[in-house]
Amino acid sequence: MSHVALRGVTRVYPARAGQGEVHALGPVDLDLARGEFFAVVGPSGCGKSTLLDVIAGLFPATAGEVKFENTLVKGQVPPGIGVVFQEDATFPWLNVHDNIAFGLRQAGAGATDVAAQVGYALEFMGLKDFARAYPAQLSGGMRQRVCIARTLVLKPRLILLDEPFGALDQQTRLLMGDELLRLWRETGATILLITHSLDEATMLADRVGVMSARPGRFLDVIATGWPRGRDSTIVANESFGRITSRIWTLLRGESIRALGRA
Amino acid sequence: MSKTGLARLGVLLFLLLLLETLCRLGVIPSFTVIAPSAMAESLARILASGRFAADIGATLTNVGIAIAASSVAGVVFGTTLHGFAAARRVLDPLFATYYAVPMYAFYPLLIVIFGLGDLPQVAIGFLLAVMAVVINTLNGLDRVPAVLAKTARVHRLGPLRTALQVRLPCAAPYVFTGFKLAVAYSFIGVIGAEFITSSRGIGYEISFAYNNFDNAVMYAMILFILVLVIAVNMSLHVWEKRLLARRRRA
Amino acid sequence: MRWKEPLILVALLLALWQILYWIVGDVALRSPAATAKILAGMLGDARFAPHLRETLLAFAQGFAIAVVVGLLVGVPLGAARFAGEVAEPILVALYSIPKVTLYPVILLIFGIGMPAKVAFGAIHGIVPISIFAMNAVRNINPTHLRTARILRLPPWTLFWRILVPAALPEIVTGIRVGFSLALIGTLLGEMFGSQHGLGHLLMQAMSLHNIERILALTLLLVAFAAGVNALLLALDRQLHAH
Repeated sequence: MSHVALRGVTRVYPARAGQGEVHALGPVDLDLARGEFFAVVGPSGCGKSTLLDVIAGLFPATAGEVKFENTLVKGQVPPGIGVVFQEDATFPWLNVHDNIAFGLRQAGAGATDVAAQVGYALEFMGLKDFARAYPAQLSGGMRQRVCIARTLVLKPRLILLDEPFGALDQQTRLLMGDELLRLWRETGATILLITHSLDEATMLADRVGVMSARPGRFLDVIATGWPRGRDSTIVANESFGRITSRIWTLLRGESIRALGRA
Repeated sequence: MSKTGLARLGVLLFLLLLLETLCRLGVIPSFTVIAPSAMAESLARILASGRFAADIGATLTNVGIAIAASSVAGVVFGTTLHGFAAARRVLDPLFATYYAVPMYAFYPLLIVIFGLGDLPQVAIGFLLAVMAVVINTLNGLDRVPAVLAKTARVHRLGPLRTALQVRLPCAAPYVFTGFKLAVAYSFIGVIGAEFITSSRGIGYEISFAYNNFDNAVMYAMILFILVLVIAVNMSLHVWEKRLLARRRRA
Repeated sequence: MRWKEPLILVALLLALWQILYWIVGDVALRSPAATAKILAGMLGDARFAPHLRETLLAFAQGFAIAVVVGLLVGVPLGAARFAGEVAEPILVALYSIPKVTLYPVILLIFGIGMPAKVAFGAIHGIVPISIFAMNAVRNINPTHLRTARILRLPPWTLFWRILVPAALPEIVTGIRVGFSLALIGTLLGEMFGSQHGLGHLLMQAMSLHNIERILALTLLLVAFAAGVNALLLALDRQLHAH
């Protein structure tokens, strides 16, 4: 039984002034195994983020259904799902400690529990020295760590990441990738990562789903076959280039199509 | 103190000394304006005697009620209205025209409705102040990034909790601007109303002193109000800066 | 500008007024229709015209002084950065003080009558106009100025082609705010220190407890202020749309 199951998921945005209805996504079928690391790549505007929003329960699918742990996702975000966005989602009025504690406190956790969990997350994400700092004083990469830590303390069984490193520079991205792999191994969570970086997808994921231009559908799903104990040095592996170029071959035509329409 | 601050202090001191000299030399006659030192002296005497303590108390109480009521009502109404786009479009011209309307023109009407006493004064202060809070609350809520609203949904917060825990804290700098304006407008409204008709309060005493050619009392109380309002505004400004310093990028 | 929403709003306010009238009755209020009839009668009365003329004259002079002085203060402060930084908190403090407290001072200086009203209107309008003018000039895009220097524009061309179009929208906003405040100031001046004008009539009606007159005058003032503001706002938005 799969951890996450999508059947015929489709999303159509209703017609608005100046344009007709937009068929953004699907139909998409997808099964994620428990503890799997799955990456989605595709041309700009192909509905990747829409896919994530639908899985998270942030927006309903126009047709089809999403099941998380065998329960239909409908109306709201089910417990056990954590989401990290591309944009800075830290709360600027809370310090790092209180940002990370936000979800725990909303869920009604006791003070000792909050202290222990947040302490662990601060340590794990390398934020210990910044507990009392405010997001405005941190770099983009550090703020994204805060968002990941805030998700982490809720012990999600499925973590959805929407271009989490999109706003960071290349070196920081590689390092954050290592952090993400460490977190994945430690928590045993299932991860779905949306990215526009082919390298990032190939380096991190067990399987990479390659999406077509809008309306987004999976053209192919490619297994990388990496060991669980991998890190960013895998880019030196000779099969790394082969996998990446296979994805690019699939995507090239789609990207040109997307470009022409934009 | 910064160079700007020193220069500002210098300008103000110069103007003060200029006025003092002109008054002392009799260029400005004392039945028009009395010297600043004489104003301060008279004010010190009045404050020490406790002569107008009841008036000052009455004015400050009414201003305080107007500030509190307009702040609470403004935030509640602004937050509620933010959820209803159609209603907001209808009210938009009202927001744009509100401060162009001479609010004091309603004072006679308010007296007819509420009777004499403190209520019409508080009402004028409230009416002037509340819209600043509403407009700034809406303005702040408009600027809450979509990703924070999404984050609230990921944490499964309901509409009320999202407003209290995410939207309003995020909009806080704008709401604070609204509060600052509410303080200024409450003073303007209440004291202005006291001038028009009232039987006590600082505005009434200034008006009374003017009609009795008592320039010492009149200028002392004018000075009192100006110093009070400027001091309150400046402390709010400092408080705001301190609150917001940590939210600003270093 | 859209027309549907303002119409709905006016209808809503009139309905609210009517309902309020049904609740409190003739003791404190008249219906909108009755008030309109009273106002029409008042406007037709020959004794009313001099008061209206007096108010408009006082307001026009006060507003004109406010615009001229406001620009003379604001524009140089915007051009000279340091002077602007020194002056800005002082201007903001002046904006937030209850200027009504200063009316006895104005009366002592000018005496009761036209000059005091004009002065009171002017001091209300000057501050916002100078604050907006200062910011308008200060925020002119420096790249525009550099481009003008590279193109070696003569000063006159620089002024008309670059500076005026860049600063005008914000200056118009300031003039719109100044217009409203100068009107409020003029009326306040008339309420306290005058034997003529709409403000004086309003005070008189209040002391005589003449509800009909109070309502008719309030309606006239609100309609005038709101109407002119709507026109200025339309101009303002058009300038800002570029």
